[in-house]
Amino acid sequence: MKLWLALAILATAVLAAVSLFVGVSDVSLSALLAGTASPQAQLVLVASRVPRTVALILAGSGMAVCGTLMQMIMRNRFVDPSTAGTVEAARFGMLMVLIFAPGLPLVAKMLVAAAFALAGTFILLLILKQVPLRTPVLVPLIGIMLGAVINAALLFIAYRYDLTQSVLAWTMGDFSTVLRGRYEILWVAFALTIAAYVAADQFTVAGLGESFATNLGLNYRRAMALGLTLVAMVTASVVVTVGVALFLGLIVPNLVSLIAGDNLRRTLPWTAVGGAALLLACDLVGRLIIPPYEIPVGTVLGVIGPIAFLFLVLRRGARVA
Amino acid sequence: MIEIRNVAKSYGKVRVVDDVTLTIARGGLTSLVGPNGAGKSTLLSIAARLIPADTGTVSVDGLDVARTPSDQLARRLAILRQDNHVTARLNVRDLVAFGRYPHSKGRPTAEDRTHVERALAYMDLDGLADRFLDELSGGQRQRAFIAMTLCQETDYLLLDEPLNNLDIRHGVELMKLLRRAATELGKTVVLVLHDVNFASSYSDRIIAMRSGRVVLAGTPDEVMTPDNLSDVFGCRFDVHTIAGKRIATYFS
Repeated sequence: MKLWLALAILATAVLAAVSLFVGVSDVSLSALLAGTASPQAQLVLVASRVPRTVALILAGSGMAVCGTLMQMIMRNRFVDPSTAGTVEAARFGMLMVLIFAPGLPLVAKMLVAAAFALAGTFILLLILKQVPLRTPVLVPLIGIMLGAVINAALLFIAYRYDLTQSVLAWTMGDFSTVLRGRYEILWVAFALTIAAYVAADQFTVAGLGESFATNLGLNYRRAMALGLTLVAMVTASVVVTVGVALFLGLIVPNLVSLIAGDNLRRTLPWTAVGGAALLLACDLVGRLIIPPYEIPVGTVLGVIGPIAFLFLVLRRGARVA
Repeated sequence: MIEIRNVAKSYGKVRVVDDVTLTIARGGLTSLVGPNGAGKSTLLSIAARLIPADTGTVSVDGLDVARTPSDQLARRLAILRQDNHVTARLNVRDLVAFGRYPHSKGRPTAEDRTHVERALAYMDLDGLADRFLDELSGGQRQRAFIAMTLCQETDYLLLDEPLNNLDIRHGVELMKLLRRAATELGKTVVLVLHDVNFASSYSDRIIAMRSGRVVLAGTPDEVMTPDNLSDVFGCRFDVHTIAGKRIATYFS
């Protein structure tokens, strides 16, 4: 298992390396090594390519781990921040900041967005308490509806304040605008992802349900609160920097769960590596398909995502009733 | 000792547990029997702090379960409810190992691993240890849950309908194992049982409930009479003595 994980990390590192050298500007490894690279190529590498690649890795692993946490805590295979209203709520928070306190530093913006994201998740939990859930697919359905309602309010307000353009920029994962100085908050997401790994056993136990968790002496509500707060903060930091790539938090955790199960102490590293690799790969596809133009990674995932999601619903819906 | 004092619980207008006062002594195997809806499961869950009581208190070895830190109780008392739906995809060994969580908080020691392997062997799960829960039959899954509860190594063991889904062989083996745990290790085992004959054959004490109240408590010989049983269950019983055990039939 350890060997396989090392190989997966290696493969991801290769993807990351490729990501550094693909793009409109010519940056070549041999020139860099020989010291003959032009100053412009060096600048592109340091100011754009490296930030972009790092952002892809941090956001990809963070969102995938978020998906797993949400799925364990809500005990539903089909939720992730993008099917639970969390992303939309975070965006709504961003809009509020933009209207009422545009001068806030980025970290403060992120925290406000996180607070809204947490509130959005909480509203979903309240709704779910009132609804008889006959099938597990109903949970993401209600979540998507909640997200749509928040989104409608968001667009209406943005339109009134003439902020539609800014809002649209956060709606789709797009890494082409990532530059040095504008993605560093994703390191916060990374730190939180590590925190999730440290507390992994708590989330696995919580995933067994409230009775099991209480029997094992875990404070179920506190574990839930901790997990959902981590999810809200990671989601918010991704939303404020690059916008969220849909489906990532569904595909990767479900694949890992199908293959390796849900003992998070063992599987979270796989989820993180898988999320980074998938996002890197989709971003590369988006960059290579119509050069010199780019397709945002969100769009690429938007094509792969629904197909994978459908596969998961058909495959898992049959068993996990 | 488990002391239940004036415990009551209502769901809406239905009073499921109605002012129950009961003492379960340390050591020995006690069975709770009674018709559906008698409040046995609710009482067991209240005793194990899974459900809060509306009024009254429960204490285990003098610790009030509603107020004692949950992780402290988890090293003293283990409960398994009936109808467990686990969506998390764990393999049997990992699930059982989480029974050690109250002791090791997810960092299992060599000693923890010994407990896990022993619990697996007790429940005849050696061959299934690497299978995922969703790949097991209902009875196999039930055995995995019981193994996890055993692995917790607590002085008090509360099991709600543990024989659910178990075939005859595994049912009898489980009862023998629990009997041994009570006699040889001095554990306090409390079971909710459906089958009065299992209760009669293995218990030190039987407690019968009906409509949220305790109506009878005593040794199997005291409780297992035709009049008592028809009073509790509301149908006709014949009681026979076979091989020194009180066995009820209810097919006439």
